[in-house]
Amino acid sequence: MAVFTRPRQALVIASVLGIALSAAACSGDDSSGTNADSPECAAYEPYKGHDGTEVTVYASIRDAEADLLEQSWAEFQDCTGIEINYEGSGEFEAQLPVRVDGGNPPDIALIPQPGLIKRFADAGKLKPTSADTKAMAEKNYPAEWLKYGTVNGQFYGAPFGSNVKSFVWYSPKTFQEKGYTVPTTWQELIALSDKVVADGQKPWCVGIESGEGTGWPATDWIEDIMLRENAPEVYDQWVDHGIPFSDPRIAAAFERAGSILKNPAYVNAGYGDVKSISTTSFQEAGLPIVDGKCTLHRQASFYANQWPQGTRVAEDGDVFAFYFPPVDPSRGKPVLGGGEFAAAFADRPEVQAFQTYLASSEHANARAKLGNWVSANKGVDLNNVANPIDKLSVQILQDTNAVFRFDGSDLMPAAVGAGTFWKGMIDWINGKDTASTLTFVEQSWPQ
Amino acid sequence: MEFADEAPKLLMLLYGLVAFVVVVGGLLLLLDAVPNYFARRREQRLIAASTAKGGPGGDGPAPAARPRRGEGLFAAFFLFPAIALLLIGLVVPAVRTTLLSFMDGGSVNWVGLRNYGWMFSQPEILDVLANTLMWVVLVPLLATSMGLLYAVLVDKARFEAIAKSLIFMPMAISFVGAGIIWKFVYAYRSEEQEQIGLLNQIAVSLGGEPKQWLLNSPLNTLLLIAVMVWIQAGFAMVVLSAAIKAIPAEIVEAARLDGVNAWQMFRRVTLPSIRPALIVVVVTISIATLKVFDIVRTMTNGNFNTSVIANEMYNQAFRFGQVGQGSALAVFLFVLVIPIVIYQIRNLRQQREG
Repeated sequence: MAVFTRPRQALVIASVLGIALSAAACSGDDSSGTNADSPECAAYEPYKGHDGTEVTVYASIRDAEADLLEQSWAEFQDCTGIEINYEGSGEFEAQLPVRVDGGNPPDIALIPQPGLIKRFADAGKLKPTSADTKAMAEKNYPAEWLKYGTVNGQFYGAPFGSNVKSFVWYSPKTFQEKGYTVPTTWQELIALSDKVVADGQKPWCVGIESGEGTGWPATDWIEDIMLRENAPEVYDQWVDHGIPFSDPRIAAAFERAGSILKNPAYVNAGYGDVKSISTTSFQEAGLPIVDGKCTLHRQASFYANQWPQGTRVAEDGDVFAFYFPPVDPSRGKPVLGGGEFAAAFADRPEVQAFQTYLASSEHANARAKLGNWVSANKGVDLNNVANPIDKLSVQILQDTNAVFRFDGSDLMPAAVGAGTFWKGMIDWINGKDTASTLTFVEQSWPQ
Repeated sequence: MEFADEAPKLLMLLYGLVAFVVVVGGLLLLLDAVPNYFARRREQRLIAASTAKGGPGGDGPAPAARPRRGEGLFAAFFLFPAIALLLIGLVVPAVRTTLLSFMDGGSVNWVGLRNYGWMFSQPEILDVLANTLMWVVLVPLLATSMGLLYAVLVDKARFEAIAKSLIFMPMAISFVGAGIIWKFVYAYRSEEQEQIGLLNQIAVSLGGEPKQWLLNSPLNTLLLIAVMVWIQAGFAMVVLSAAIKAIPAEIVEAARLDGVNAWQMFRRVTLPSIRPALIVVVVTISIATLKVFDIVRTMTNGNFNTSVIANEMYNQAFRFGQVGQGSALAVFLFVLVIPIVIYQIRNLRQQREG
């Protein structure tokens, strides 16, 4: 049977169509010519000499944030002639290993998990940074940040963006109306919660659903409390398995978190009972604050992007955040945070130049000016940070008295930090007791 | 969401469609042209042979055995793409995965059977295996029986075409799409709020309380199974309906004359006649169910004790960096599929001989 009456014609039409389409797609991106001699390009002198080359960057940052990121290095592209090819993916954590193992790694990846950097470095996939990048990072970042990009004494990843997780979001308006004050100790925090209960409301709203990352917001609670109850050294031992996961100190942190998270009188404002925590998405979790149905929501600085359009994020605005108060004042001011590291899978000179530029204060300021950005970079000028919550975050990160620690689940091996710890938290919220949850995580630790 | 933002995706879709047309069109063209070419050649040869024998209609013996060489080439031509694709897409990866399953997480050291030991000693992995078993037993059973029931009931009914397309429609929805749709069906909002989930709205309308349907095991696995059945019942119905229509009218007529009632007709005539089609449907759905991944990952991500082998394999190999453990699960899945496939091949062979 003849499929087409005139088979050859159909084939020709199809091929012509295909060729025409690819041609249309290729003509889409017109690269702007370099104007390397203009005065504003003088600052890029150290990075010049690689005109016409290309660097691919891969990260989990998408949509509007990704556009701002590309804007922030547009000048670098123009002045140096290095074309930066950026790709953001929601499947970044799962896709990056696949691409690396498949022999198709990006030149630079912005990796939010030091545990992943260690895995690639141990496998010999990552290239140590150039001396220039290392010097630039050492100049601009505190020592503890550099530690997270270092594996076996080799420096692989320069710190990049950051966020501060030790925040509790609230509505300054509501606080004023009801006469609440911002708590500065754990006791005050609980007293405030009880006061809200007495006023006939549940105080806390929590949500830990996040697609395949479900559970992570709950691990932040445990990490924050671990830092508040123990010395930072104990926290370090906990994340690198120097002490077992089932240690009584960790159990104590779970119990303290449970006094809020598993307390039916406290949660889940605007959503239902304790069990609704595991099905409420982290993006929506804090929104009842705007409707006046919820008073407190513990979440990182980046939650500023989740409020509905027109919400004013400021100390005297609709919503703002206060520092998650300390349990034991003698422990100083512990800060939990996260961030990305720019690690390179190639050591071509243009890749190293771009990696150095990403660690510079020039880039950090260029990105900060565009808004919605926090970095631990010491060179960030506070005047460039417009948004109040970002300003507060940068201040906390630049505060030399603060004891900073990186998100623990991102430091643990992925099987725990992105696996059983998350899963354990979900089951724990849904009624599993602390002891068996800790045993479950402890047993899953890779040998 | 601006429509303009989606332009690149739509362009990709257009590319995909064009590529599909080019590839499939090319294949069809080949399948159309090549046999024609061979047929023409044979005709020419026959004509040449008959004219050589002395005029048309020469009653020389018809060529009983066609030339072997040409046929071998002919077979090789058609087998080559299938064999090449099988090698690239199945044999090589299967061997490699098997090797990886005897290595550690980073695929560096050989660890013997440790990954298999891990698989059968971790309580949560045993739960995963139990869940998979529940899927494999229930989905083919429910989907096939529903499809069969429907096919028999709407056979020769008045609005048969419409009724059948209604059941068949979910087939057109991807598993991820179906997962999202049903996630909304099971969605939960607390009592004081408007329900957005259909199931909870029904529960509330009947005076009950809204429930967190996807939290409690094993009910949640059953609710996920319902999604797969919803998709697959249409497939079963279409195939079985076609088989029912293919039952020779004489048999039906004879049975009617013998005075069977509806149940006997179904039991003694319809079922035996469509047995081969029934087996094909059950086997196809079983294999699809063993590999189920998208529904679970979309709806619960395997939390709340709903995980299945494929989901766990993906997590271990691609998210936790435990390639050895993931590969062991993959090999186990492969082993589970083999008996079903062997049974199917034997069946086909029996049919051909019978």
